[in-house]
Amino acid sequence: MESAGGLTRPVPQVSALTRPFWEGCRRGVLLVQRCCSCSGHVFAPQDFCRSCQSPDLEWVESSGEGELVTYTTIWRPQTPAFEVPYVVAVVALTEGYEMLTNLVDAEPGEIRVGAKVQVVFRDVAPDVTLPCFTVVSA
Amino acid sequence: MISPGTATIVGAFNTKQARVLPGETSYTITLAAIQGALADAGLGLGDVDGLNVLPGPDYRHGSNAFGYALGIPTFWIGTAAPGPASVAEAALAIESGMCTTVVIASGQAQVHTDKDSVAPWTRPENEFVECWGLMTPAEFALSAREYMHRFSVTQEQISYVASVIRNNGHRNPEAVYHGRGPFTTEDILASRMIADPYHLLDCCTTGEGGSALVLTSAERARDLPNRNVRVLGGAWDSWGPTYTHPPTYDRTAMWGRKAADAAFARAGLDRADIDVYELYDNFSWEIIRYFEALRYCGVGEGADFVAGGAIEVGGRYPVVTDGGTMSHSHTGESQRIQRVVQAVRQLRGTSAANQVADAETAIVAQIGDVVLLGAD
Ligand SMILES: [Zn+2]
Repeated sequence: MESAGGLTRPVPQVSALTRPFWEGCRRGVLLVQRCCSCSGHVFAPQDFCRSCQSPDLEWVESSGEGELVTYTTIWRPQTPAFEVPYVVAVVALTEGYEMLTNLVDAEPGEIRVGAKVQVVFRDVAPDVTLPCFTVVSA
Repeated sequence: MISPGTATIVGAFNTKQARVLPGETSYTITLAAIQGALADAGLGLGDVDGLNVLPGPDYRHGSNAFGYALGIPTFWIGTAAPGPASVAEAALAIESGMCTTVVIASGQAQVHTDKDSVAPWTRPENEFVECWGLMTPAEFALSAREYMHRFSVTQEQISYVASVIRNNGHRNPEAVYHGRGPFTTEDILASRMIADPYHLLDCCTTGEGGSALVLTSAERARDLPNRNVRVLGGAWDSWGPTYTHPPTYDRTAMWGRKAADAAFARAGLDRADIDVYELYDNFSWEIIRYFEALRYCGVGEGADFVAGGAIEVGGRYPVVTDGGTMSHSHTGESQRIQRVVQAVRQLRGTSAANQVADAETAIVAQIGDVVLLGAD
């Protein structure tokens, strides 16, 4: 996950709404919004519940466990700051929400739709930690 | 009540398209496109009272600034995306009397200058996207991969589509990649991987150029030189902000279905009535997706539907007849207008190559945007 050639990878531009999520990542905890009204989970962060529109949302710790929905291995990087190949993936967490991420430390043969995955945290800048996922052996 | 399909496309023009157009800027090439389309229509700037203009990536100010720069006193502004949605919106504006003559235009030059990175418009800034190294080919590869998994579709079936489109461009003297073929499916598969399942030749190219359209009422169109092309129906639908939420198959696969249902209903046409298919070819699987989303075949049947020459010129569903973004040109935004320009030229019988015999109707679809056109 180190930046290639000493170049700077783009880092998240954090807002007041999303700050708890990224602060959680710094501590190695994957947080997600949960609706106090219907118990649904909401990601990416927003001001009200996507299921019942209640504004009463709380930050809770996610299991960090899920399934690989889809993935692509990238050979032409977004910018030279990314070392190829790298894997961009969509993960469905057990709580029922999806997030875009990078799949790391996986052998090509392990990467398949439906694989069980688990969150791992990677530092990409002095004060930025990204939640990535790795395949859990079957 | 306004009867369907009275707005008419009377001007359609592409500037020269190239990898690089030395000396041009997004503004000068957009102006050249507008002048070309007005000349094609037999009209002048004094006739124009509606604009939907996007010079380069200037989404916020494009039409307003450009209208002022052109010296038009006051003007209606369309805000739908360039391409089929902008045409459907302009038709509504003309038919409801908000304005009489609309110019739709876009052009781009000197925007993608850092060739070590993918084009800037393909790597939008977003907190939950950019940091993972996502860019447009990966965004579209994610749903293509899921489709292949669900329906046991092979890489070969997908890349065949790219060979068809690139061969159309190979034959088109106006295409940036004219004469580069012919291509077989094996040629596509032999190109280097970008974001699997997409190889380099499964993806759109990038280049520079401008394109423009002129629309007016059927009544005014009667006195103008070209064979009139009516806007028969159109609509656009969205699933939410792309490049913000994960682009899964469930979110993206049926994009454009509601729009197509609305467009065909308004036009009073059946799917089988369409002769020409100018579909947005940013990546090869997208063409298969359109035929499923637009109800030409069942979900999961698209790869078989397009196989065996069905989408080649001479087949029942000829697609992307100028070579599209893969071979003709892809400039950031104006390539969306090129699909309409090419449909118009097919319906006039003046395509630079790959003319579809006796073409009377065309569908232009781009992501979730659809418009149906018919020769008068
Ligand atoms: Zn709720």
